[in-house]
Amino acid sequence: MQGFQMDLVSEHRLSEMTPVEKVRFIIDEVKSGKILVLEKGLSPEEEASLIEMTMTLIEPDGFSGIEMESYPSEVDTSFIGKLLKKNTLKSRLTVIGPADQLKTLKRDRNMISALISTSK
Amino acid sequence: MGVIRKFKKNFADIFKKMFKKQNARIGIYGPPNAGKTTLANRILRDWTGDAMGSVSHIAHETRRARRREGVTIKTNGSSISLDIIDTPGLATKIDFHEFMEQGMDEAESKRRAKEATEGVIEAVKWLENLDGVILVMDATEDPFTQVNVTVIGNMEARNLPLLIVANKVDLAEASPSTIRDAFPQHPMVSISALEGKNIDTFYEELAKRFG
Repeated sequence: MQGFQMDLVSEHRLSEMTPVEKVRFIIDEVKSGKILVLEKGLSPEEEASLIEMTMTLIEPDGFSGIEMESYPSEVDTSFIGKLLKKNTLKSRLTVIGPADQLKTLKRDRNMISALISTSK
Repeated sequence: MGVIRKFKKNFADIFKKMFKKQNARIGIYGPPNAGKTTLANRILRDWTGDAMGSVSHIAHETRRARRREGVTIKTNGSSISLDIIDTPGLATKIDFHEFMEQGMDEAESKRRAKEATEGVIEAVKWLENLDGVILVMDATEDPFTQVNVTVIGNMEARNLPLLIVANKVDLAEASPSTIRDAFPQHPMVSISALEGKNIDTFYEELAKRFG
C-alpha cells in the first residue's frame, strides 16, 4: 500500500520534551518522510531554532527543507498568564512535513489548508 | 532565553538607556524577494549617500547579513541614530533546482543554495541580538507565511518593537490592506522602496517606533 504517514502529536508528549529535544524529534520524523501535526505547536523561539536546524541539514538531491505552517500566536489573557507575566504568547497547532511532500494551499488566521503528495 | 542571558540582556538594556552608548540595532527581515535590500539601499542613500548591496529578481541574492552602523535619520525636528542590518531572506526550504530555473548551471545553483542556507542560519542568529525589526512584506503576496509569523512571534515574545512595511505598492496588484488585516496589532506603513513612494511616512514611523 502506498501512502504517507501522518502523526498527530499531543500537547502532553511535547510538554515532556526540552526545546532542543522537540526540534530534534521534529527534524528526525520529517526527514524520514512523516507529516506531523502538533496539537500545541511550538513557541516562536522554537520555530526559529527549527528553521536554523533545518538549514544545517539541507542537501542537494536529498533533503530540501520543511514546510511548516502555524497560526499566528495569540496573547494569553488568562489570569495565570497575567499573574506569571512570563511568555504570554500562546502557541497554536502546527503542521510540519517534508517540503517535497507537503504544500500549503491557503492559510489565514484560523485555518490551514494543505496538500499532501505521495510522489516525490 | 535562559535566566542568566535574560538578566544580562536586561542589565545591558538598562546600561544602554543610562549612557546611550549604542545605537539601536534594527534588523530588516522578511521572506526572499520582499525588497529588504532595496529598502536598506533607500535608507542609506537618503541618509548617508551610500548603498548596502546589490539587488536581483533572483531569490537569496543577499546571502550574508550586512550591517551599517550609525545611520542618522532626521524627521519632524528629531533625530535618531540606528545600526541597520540587512539580512538574507528567511526560508524553511531551499531547493537548488529553483536557481537552475533562473538559468544557472547545476554547480553554481548548488553553491548558491549552500550559501543561502548559511545566510538563513545567520539571519536567525541575528534575531537574538536586535533592538527591533523592520519586517518587509511583498504587498502583492499572501502575508500569512511562516517566515512572517515566526519573526512577529519572536518580536512579541521578546517585547521588542516591530514595524511592518508593505512594500511594492507601486505594483497594480498590491494589497497593503490585506497585510494590515492579517496583523492588526502592529503598526504598518505602505511604501515602494524602489520608487520612494511614501518613504517620508516610513521615516516618521521609524523614528516613532525605534527612537
